[in-house]
Amino acid sequence: MQSVVRQFLLNGDDGAESDQVLKLPGSAFAVSDTSRSMTLRRVWLDTFDWRLYQSGLTLEQVSRAGVTELALTGRDGAVLACDRFGRAAGPGPDGAGSARPSWPGLLDALPLGPLRDRLGPVVGVRALLPVARAVSVVREARVLNSDEKTVARITVDRMSVRFPAAAAVPTRLAVSALRGYQGQALRVADLLAAAPGISSASQSGLEAALAAGGRRPGDYSGKINVRLSPRMPAAAAMVTLLTALFDTLLANVSGTVRDVDIEFLHDLRIAVRRTRSALKLAGDVLPAEMAGRFRPEFKWLGDLTTPTRDLDVYLLGYPEMAAGLVAATAEDLQPFHAHLERNRVAAQRRLARGLRSARFARLRGDWADALAGEAVRGGGARAGTGARAGGAPGGGARAGATGPSAARLAASRIGRAHRRVLRDGRAITPASPPESLHDLRKRCKELRYLLEFFGSLYDPGDHWRAVRELKALQDCLGEFQDAQVQRDEIGEFAAQMMDQRTAPAATLLAMGEIAAGLAAAQQRARGEFAGRFRDFASPAGQSRFRALTGTAAA
Amino acid sequence: MKIFATYNIKGGVGKTSTAVNLSYLAAADGYRVLLWDLDAQAAASFLFRVKPRVKGGGKALIRGTRTIDDAIKATDFDGLDLLPADFTYRNLDLVLDAAKKPQRRLGSLLAPLDAEYDVVFLDCPPGISLLSESVLHAADTLLVPLIPTTLSVRTLDQLTDFIGGLDGSRPQILAFFSMLDRRKRLHREISEQLPAQRSDVAATAIPAMSLIEQMSVQRAPVTAFAPRSAAARRYAELWAEARERAGLPQLSGSSSMP
Repeated sequence: MQSVVRQFLLNGDDGAESDQVLKLPGSAFAVSDTSRSMTLRRVWLDTFDWRLYQSGLTLEQVSRAGVTELALTGRDGAVLACDRFGRAAGPGPDGAGSARPSWPGLLDALPLGPLRDRLGPVVGVRALLPVARAVSVVREARVLNSDEKTVARITVDRMSVRFPAAAAVPTRLAVSALRGYQGQALRVADLLAAAPGISSASQSGLEAALAAGGRRPGDYSGKINVRLSPRMPAAAAMVTLLTALFDTLLANVSGTVRDVDIEFLHDLRIAVRRTRSALKLAGDVLPAEMAGRFRPEFKWLGDLTTPTRDLDVYLLGYPEMAAGLVAATAEDLQPFHAHLERNRVAAQRRLARGLRSARFARLRGDWADALAGEAVRGGGARAGTGARAGGAPGGGARAGATGPSAARLAASRIGRAHRRVLRDGRAITPASPPESLHDLRKRCKELRYLLEFFGSLYDPGDHWRAVRELKALQDCLGEFQDAQVQRDEIGEFAAQMMDQRTAPAATLLAMGEIAAGLAAAQQRARGEFAGRFRDFASPAGQSRFRALTGTAAA
Repeated sequence: MKIFATYNIKGGVGKTSTAVNLSYLAAADGYRVLLWDLDAQAAASFLFRVKPRVKGGGKALIRGTRTIDDAIKATDFDGLDLLPADFTYRNLDLVLDAAKKPQRRLGSLLAPLDAEYDVVFLDCPPGISLLSESVLHAADTLLVPLIPTTLSVRTLDQLTDFIGGLDGSRPQILAFFSMLDRRKRLHREISEQLPAQRSDVAATAIPAMSLIEQMSVQRAPVTAFAPRSAAARRYAELWAEARERAGLPQLSGSSSMP
């Protein structure tokens, strides 16, 4: 095994001169150049939200002469795990011989083994997709000590990038240490660093390939990443926010239509839900027609995505559900799984059709125009068009000569949403119907979204503490409501399966057991609610919220 | 992880040549291989051009004050690493004697390498000692080179009896004739008869050849510097037999990537 100790760029590579440099003249090392060059096809893989990159990992697939190697490396360039795919049949101990996976693909396309084990916790349910492709012509020289033992390798990599865009990049040199010869490899690297025409490579091969294609790693995240300033006009802040949400929505359309992995749909849905909440809770600072015109369209879009997501949630929790059966067996439940899978195929088809429809195209175009128009107009920064920050949402409270600031808008809307959560939560008693908890959950979600929208206005510590307390309450309410929805759904599924005659008695009994488990989980959540709400509504919790909104408004 | 050990009470029978060539062939097959040169004479280390030195010596390794991981050196061949010999290995018996459960010590030192290597070769010094007992406990397959003489057959019987008397896991024995001289009638007779009579004797025999002796000049396995030679072919046949006996699948023979 070898690991790259340092990388260099060969400036103005002209072949002959670089060969001379590589001979390490004047050193105790001899260099044996095999002079045989190899052509490698390279593909770098990551999830759409860069989970590997964010964890300091690089996954690269290298193919040469029918053999493909998929290697995971850490920040220091050391290989952490590796799978090999060859032409011969029958997998060996390192996966050699099994079929090469195609990308994008989920983790279960890889053979069981250390690589999959390493990737599993980082990648989760996301697909791995090519983030860059290149072709490298590589030549390797061996650096020998006085025993003519190889102690390091120098690879000369003439790489041309094919994706995200075709581009040439400077020739790269990499010094690799053989195991047990790290010190010598570092000496070789020092010699090269001092040689003329050679400079240290600040970027990895992946970063260089991405930069050549105009991208940078980590350029997508499902999180809200806008920087608002307290004094900016509220309308401008909302346009900035809605534009960012729209970017996230658009980024996930293709992956959702192609059903690459379930997180595309999840991120798309959240972007839609956040957009709807933003329009509902603060849309009044925008021109009156904007919120009114687009809210029904975003509701349609949200509803379009619901059936597939519900089935995804069911299928995601299925292994745990099946494993938790006591009276029934996992085998009994199998027809239910098949039913879920069938329904998902149909739901996904309807979803993809909806996202390819004229109505969605119109929504995209019109919303883009509306946001762009507002941005050009200064996002409501004009005198006389801003709403009173404390006014009721819905566009009916537009008054005053100047618009409110982002900070005032945030303080008033977060304050109001917080008061609503407190009011509705206090009204809940053990006798309250499930709907009251469902409504409270929606209020909590609105408060959470507002905190996320305006997060950049606050001290990160204060913000984090406020979100943490809210999150604990939300988790409890979420568990309660999800169990309720799943119970309702499993009843519907059972009825459908009876109609279609695809439900043996054993399956229905197993589904009954799951429904009972859901009811128990729901009861547990209900039992925990009072305590969670007490913590949230405590004087300390309340003063934390007041402090939060007070700081930005000040 | 499968552990092979080349072992014989006698010296100079071809243990190191076998360990060096078979470990090279296993790596060329695509297995991840470690060769541990346990002999203080350091012949295997010399053949792979690795300095026979381990920081802290054999004592540090056996006592666990330094991990095996730190001492491993890559050879010039992909997939083949070497744990070099050290002159202090001549005292390994004393160090083992002071350790807890000395017979199990080698096995427990190698256990953590399971995720990293598919195949381990132990190249043992001659003799019967605490070290060889520890090797017998750790190994899955014992590769025993025999000079084709009546006496060596007796040695194999003694070894089989000795292993039969061990507690716990015992290695399977695969003996094979080494330094076979076809001009000698006795060599011919014994090397032809015994594999037919005994299942623990391999069909492949390694001939005495000057090319094998050339290894110490070339400082490389004969299977690497003369892969098409008769000597290399015999080693390949022996590896195929050993691999099958150990239950290892045949890999595609893909070479690893740079």
